[in-house]
Amino acid sequence: MSRLRGGASVFERGGAGSPLWGRTDAAVVATILLVTFGAALQVARDRETVDGPAPPGIRSVPPADLVQRAALSFEAVLADLYWIRAVQHYGRTRLSGGGAREYALLHPLLDVATTLDPRFDAAYRLGAVFLAEPPPGGAGRPDLAIALLQKGLASVPDRWQYLQDIGFIHYWWLRDRDDAARWFQRAADVPGAPWWLRFLAATTMTEGGDRAGARALWRLVRDAAGDSWMREEAARRLAQIEALDALDRYQRTVDRFRVRTGRAPRSWQDLLAAGDLSEVPVDPTGTAYELTPFGAVTVSPRSVLTPLPDSGALPARPAG
Amino acid sequence: MRVICTIARQVLRGAVRNRVVYAAMLLAVGLAVAAPMAGRLTPGQDVKVVKDLSLAACNLCGLFVVVFLGIRLVAREVEQRTVDTLLSKPIRRYEFVLGQYCGLAATLALALTVMTIAMYVVLGAAAWWRGVPGLASVAPVPVADPALLKAVLLIFVQLAVVGAAALCLSTFSSPVLAAVSTCGLYVAGHFGGELRNLDEVVDSRFVTSLAAGLSYVLPDLAAFDVKAAVVHGQPVTAGYMVLTAASGAAYILAFLVPALVIFTRRDLL
Repeated sequence: MSRLRGGASVFERGGAGSPLWGRTDAAVVATILLVTFGAALQVARDRETVDGPAPPGIRSVPPADLVQRAALSFEAVLADLYWIRAVQHYGRTRLSGGGAREYALLHPLLDVATTLDPRFDAAYRLGAVFLAEPPPGGAGRPDLAIALLQKGLASVPDRWQYLQDIGFIHYWWLRDRDDAARWFQRAADVPGAPWWLRFLAATTMTEGGDRAGARALWRLVRDAAGDSWMREEAARRLAQIEALDALDRYQRTVDRFRVRTGRAPRSWQDLLAAGDLSEVPVDPTGTAYELTPFGAVTVSPRSVLTPLPDSGALPARPAG
Repeated sequence: MRVICTIARQVLRGAVRNRVVYAAMLLAVGLAVAAPMAGRLTPGQDVKVVKDLSLAACNLCGLFVVVFLGIRLVAREVEQRTVDTLLSKPIRRYEFVLGQYCGLAATLALALTVMTIAMYVVLGAAAWWRGVPGLASVAPVPVADPALLKAVLLIFVQLAVVGAAALCLSTFSSPVLAAVSTCGLYVAGHFGGELRNLDEVVDSRFVTSLAAGLSYVLPDLAAFDVKAAVVHGQPVTAGYMVLTAASGAAYILAFLVPALVIFTRRDLL
């Protein structure tokens, strides 16, 4: 005991010549050595983890309400923490090529982050991207992505970007252009939303087949256009819709000819000679429509209306 | 008044030498400086993370300061018998308690000032790093937003209420009990909404009425938290600030009055 007391006093003084364990310089060296040893062990463990089983990561997420109640005055910083966890969970799972099941905690993490901070813009928008993309790039849950964005809309109803993002998910991942157009239109109706959302809504509506709605929207755009480019572009889009109507009409004429004669017309001349048409049909820009050898009516590649809005630009529907 | 200021100055001087205060301030400044690194982990949200983390550090470290100092201010003077020396001079007991509290509040103000300066320095550096002026908007609020001061001000009032509670509790209980009770009050002060809506989960009318009554008696500490609002550029009106600060001042007095009475009647011999 006396030795201990003596050692302690020497330690406080840190004088040279005192017992080794009581010297300040020895303590500093020992601390540095221990920290170095600890760091080396951590490096060794990480190397082992790379070759061995995957790191445990996040195993469970507490209910958002519970976290919110326990957060006291620190909700925002906890929201950041859960957002960082969500990003890391997404990144880790994506890098490991995980399936939808491995992304199971992504939505709960995002839910906690957005419950703690209901105006967490990145958590809604990027989180929806993470959720909507099919595995292995994402969770493959566009329904949860839409639910997350709708939660954001409940908190910030004037955030047109969330409406636009929902429209995009309908357009790109669910391949539902009608719904996409409706969401783009809702986004465009939000005060302060950019003008091009009406373009987007109208284009999507045209692709989805709602030409009457698209025509009305493009007329709105044309009439409200602030510059000539926008006005001309809206006019071109209106001409495309008119051309689509005309193509349907002329295609029906061609189909009637085929039913009557048992063969497709070789050219417009066949239809003129049969009295089905009085002149070679032209699109709104004055360029003649083309008739393929198989009897399909199309817009000429030389026309400024080419390409017409169609469904060829969409990706294949994601599996699952 | 002069006596109160003298005692407050002494408390502040003692606190500045206190390692706990230094540690808390260093922790907060360290967190603020480290915040940009945490911000790098969150795509597109670095400035938000810096603000969130800096304000949370102000709040948390300020809480450490008021709890650790508040519970020991009176108790230490009594334990070390320095209170006998002080009270043998022409100092009234209420002046002693008020001086101690003003010193605590001044220490808190000093600590928050240092932490706020660190936060603005980091935010200014973040703005410089982005190549934009400090007051330029980065969707949709400025980087070094002056509105953050509103959050800091309400943090000060919130913690001043907690400090008053700590001081009050320390006039009649041990430091450990006072610390536990103060932390309990801090937690309970954030559950006002839950207490008011207890009828959704509890059938007993007596319990729900008691809980609702308690929720109005306890200071609603959650109302002082406008950190998220200012970080998102949400308006925090002057009316809200004034009303919240006034309610805080009322609760400070509500804790100080019993503290004065208890300490005045306390047998210190």
